[in-house]
Amino acid sequence: MRKLWIILTYLVFALLLVAPLAKMVQSAFADGWSGFAEAVSRPEALHALMMTGLVVLCVTVLNGVFGIMTALYLVRGKWLGRRLRSVMNSIVDLPYAVSPVIGGLMIVLLVGPDTAIGSFFANIGFDIVYAFPGMVIATLFVTFPLMVREIMPVLEEIGDDQEQASATLGAYGWTTFRRVTWPSIRWGVAYGAVLTVARSMGEFGAVLVVSGNIINRTQTATTLVYQDVENFDISAAGGIALILAAFSAGLLLLMEWTKKRREVH
Amino acid sequence: MQTSWLRHKGWTYGFRTTVLLYFVILIVLPIAGVYVYSFSEGWAPFWENVSDPIAWKAVLLTLGLALIATLINVLLGTMIAWVLVRYRFPGRTVLNSLVDLPFALPTAVGGLMILLLLGPNSWVGGIAERLGFDIVFHQPAIVIAMVFVTFPFVIRAIQPLLEEMDASAEEASYTLGASRAATFFRVILPQILPGIIGGGMLAFSRALAEFGAVVLVAGNIPAKTLTASVFIYGEVESDNNLGAAAVSVLLLTLSLLLLWFINRVQRRGGRA
Repeated sequence: MRKLWIILTYLVFALLLVAPLAKMVQSAFADGWSGFAEAVSRPEALHALMMTGLVVLCVTVLNGVFGIMTALYLVRGKWLGRRLRSVMNSIVDLPYAVSPVIGGLMIVLLVGPDTAIGSFFANIGFDIVYAFPGMVIATLFVTFPLMVREIMPVLEEIGDDQEQASATLGAYGWTTFRRVTWPSIRWGVAYGAVLTVARSMGEFGAVLVVSGNIINRTQTATTLVYQDVENFDISAAGGIALILAAFSAGLLLLMEWTKKRREVH
Repeated sequence: MQTSWLRHKGWTYGFRTTVLLYFVILIVLPIAGVYVYSFSEGWAPFWENVSDPIAWKAVLLTLGLALIATLINVLLGTMIAWVLVRYRFPGRTVLNSLVDLPFALPTAVGGLMILLLLGPNSWVGGIAERLGFDIVFHQPAIVIAMVFVTFPFVIRAIQPLLEEMDASAEEASYTLGASRAATFFRVILPQILPGIIGGGMLAFSRALAEFGAVVLVAGNIPAKTLTASVFIYGEVESDNNLGAAAVSVLLLTLSLLLLWFINRVQRRGGRA
């Protein structure tokens, strides 16, 4: 009985996860190394990978800063009042419930070229939708809960005794944060950051709608994969997808490692 | 004091305003915006867009397929969580880390992998075709994509419950002569049920919203393989923002209700 369950489990993993992964690696190298190198070194592929990198960088930094502050205010901010904090607390999860495509649509409706805000910014030479800022905003929307939700439980667990002691002893708010709060939340922040990187690297629906998927301008790695598939250029799509998958595997290892560090502290 | 500007009240208020503004502009305003926009021309156009057969059939199809995917995941997830927690066997830690792979992998890559594995040119697709089965570009592929993307939810929800479970009730059940099956269904299952329901609902809401993996493997034929989020994307592409917003409102309301319900289930689970 026991053997049967273990074999079944292996079977599910093999069929659902390992087989697709292996097939993708194989097809990326279907034309040998040169085929892979060619698919990846196309100018549009290099540009798409660079765009993905830039979006990941901007989003992780912004989401980190605002995520930490939001978590701090939601847990510690007595000035907000209990009611408002509990309402805000439920709102934090909303992006989880929103389909990425709808998330993208929201940004287009709010600041798209047809709206008052969008045309105002376009007039001063600053495009939001179908340009880099819109892609960052869309990805920020999608990744918002990841950081906040990792930090809040840690803050609740450590309590504010030490922070109060620090403040009573005359430390600045910033000093208290850096010397007292930060050391206990840093692994939570690290884990949240890894999740943010993974999610923003893989974001597809929201970015596809907001970016317009313009080749060599707003195309990211995931939207390039989509376009290659639409053009029936499966092996080229496989090459890009393999790079993304390799990064994901690295992030997965990093996730395991930070998870362990977080439990130690 | 030279550094008194550091203590100035303005800093505190500045930070507070910035964070609140960020919160409202990034999260609250866009969501409210979709609702406002879709009703901006009154009820009639909204109703017209929603009652379009292509639109409501897409929503209905998504609901049905997501439900099937969730059921599959509940069964597989319960089994896998059980095996990973209860049994010690070679490769257990590797499998345990692999569970999170669908979270780490871009969904478009997941879709492409399924397309490559089961597509018309692969041997699995070839065999299926000879047997008169269609997988890719048909409904089975959508379900497989949804199962793939939501794979970790149920497992990760049940695992902690299984680990913390008190062994004495189970031992008592065996001592009193209950069979393995009876013990599982009457002693163990009730204890992991909150995890199954919570994880299953998370998986369901994620499957409803899934776009990246589905758009690559589905044929996107109206009423047959066109899911709600792909329909919305199509409407945006053809510049019918009002139609896109109307279906979005439908899907969004459904997801928000689900989220609210999940929170309630989890809160009650936490109290018990």
